[in-house]
Amino acid sequence: MPDVKVRHRQGTFSLEADISFASGWTVIFGPSGAGKTTLLRVLAGLITPDEGRVNLAGKTLLDTSKGIAVGPGERSIGFVTQQSNLFPHKTVRENVGFGIRHLGRKARGQRIAEMLRMFGAEGLADRRTTQLSGGERQRVALARALAPAPQLLLLDEPLAGLDDASAHDILARLLALNIRVVYVSHELAEIWRIPGDVILLEGGRITASGPLRDVLAPRRDELLRQLSL
Amino acid sequence: MDLQALWLTLRLAGVTTMLLLALGIPLAFWLSVTRARWRPLVEAVTTLPLLLPPTVLGFYLLVLLGPNTGFGRAATRLLGHPLAFSFSGLVIGSALYSLPFAVQPLAAGFRAVDGALIEQARLLGAGRLRILADLLLPLSTHSIVAAAALCFTHTVGEFGVVLMIGGDIPGATRTLSIAIYDQVQDFSYAAANRTSLVLIGVSLVALVLLYWRRTDGGTSDA
Repeated sequence: MPDVKVRHRQGTFSLEADISFASGWTVIFGPSGAGKTTLLRVLAGLITPDEGRVNLAGKTLLDTSKGIAVGPGERSIGFVTQQSNLFPHKTVRENVGFGIRHLGRKARGQRIAEMLRMFGAEGLADRRTTQLSGGERQRVALARALAPAPQLLLLDEPLAGLDDASAHDILARLLALNIRVVYVSHELAEIWRIPGDVILLEGGRITASGPLRDVLAPRRDELLRQLSL
Repeated sequence: MDLQALWLTLRLAGVTTMLLLALGIPLAFWLSVTRARWRPLVEAVTTLPLLLPPTVLGFYLLVLLGPNTGFGRAATRLLGHPLAFSFSGLVIGSALYSLPFAVQPLAAGFRAVDGALIEQARLLGAGRLRILADLLLPLSTHSIVAAAALCFTHTVGEFGVVLMIGGDIPGATRTLSIAIYDQVQDFSYAAANRTSLVLIGVSLVALVLLYWRRTDGGTSDA
């Protein structure tokens, strides 16, 4: 199981979190600016916090007290954000194959086809990424992140801005996978559809965690006001 | 028209441009990604030739390449002739003089590539070399073309450094700009005019190609 204990200051914002993630899906929920993305970036190794440690499946990825900091590429973590971040000069096939160059040509081709099929994007392989719709871009981004078979998938509002049909279809495909996921969102309507525990993050602090209903019910009115829903 | 000088000038500009791209790409990459404390010093040194009088650079190069330094003596033993007053010496001088014209656009191009793409590449296991080869270079093609065009035209037009370390040896170090100087000294204004027009033409063609490429959308810059 991944677990993380971190203390990080960025300007006037400070993040303090001590989390043991459950297997399966964990949702990190909270208003904008709560530190959700910072937490994911620490997990991914894109930010080295002032203090802390990150363990994943028994392996220490970060321990500032011992000077351990495994690079993002060696963490076996996939990371997809709202922006997709597809490489604009490469085709869909080249994007999905970017992280599996170590595989032979044939195995790589099979893996790319498998990943695209998994997200309903098998017809897009030869398209330029600049020709894709928002939903298609996210399907390709997810296929690319999962191609190297990571142990943990970090999703930072991956469905934000997509039409309902695309968002619903992509989420259903993700839920069908057998992989640990940490899912960040500030959309209440979105997280009701996701099973697993919820961690409520506010102002850089974890204020509640557990099953969704237990976390949100006592503070429903306050949260709805905060989120302007 | 001094065709020998024209050919020498084009050859010097071509070789210098190739050398500067080969040196400038790794240097600009390092400048664009490093957090080393001495980065500002390296950046200042690479930019210095923009501000220095060419004669100052030429003077120190002349001393460095000459027989009074270890480097100069070693180069002479290695090549069988002194670097000063030779084509190879001109290439070294031109490369140093035009270094900022390669490094600045390249570093600006690399820095303009969306950092989120680089992070994604790192997450997918790409090391620095692959990020350079697979992302930064293809996404900075316009900056590479700009750097090449600027290095070429700047080298075509240089005078001070060439005169200091190359002198005025026909076929070896006499470039078009030196030829113009000689023609003016001889009061051959018509010849100087023709040579000058050729220099203007070469530089103009290179810059038109550069800007044409930019407006043509023939770039994949991010």
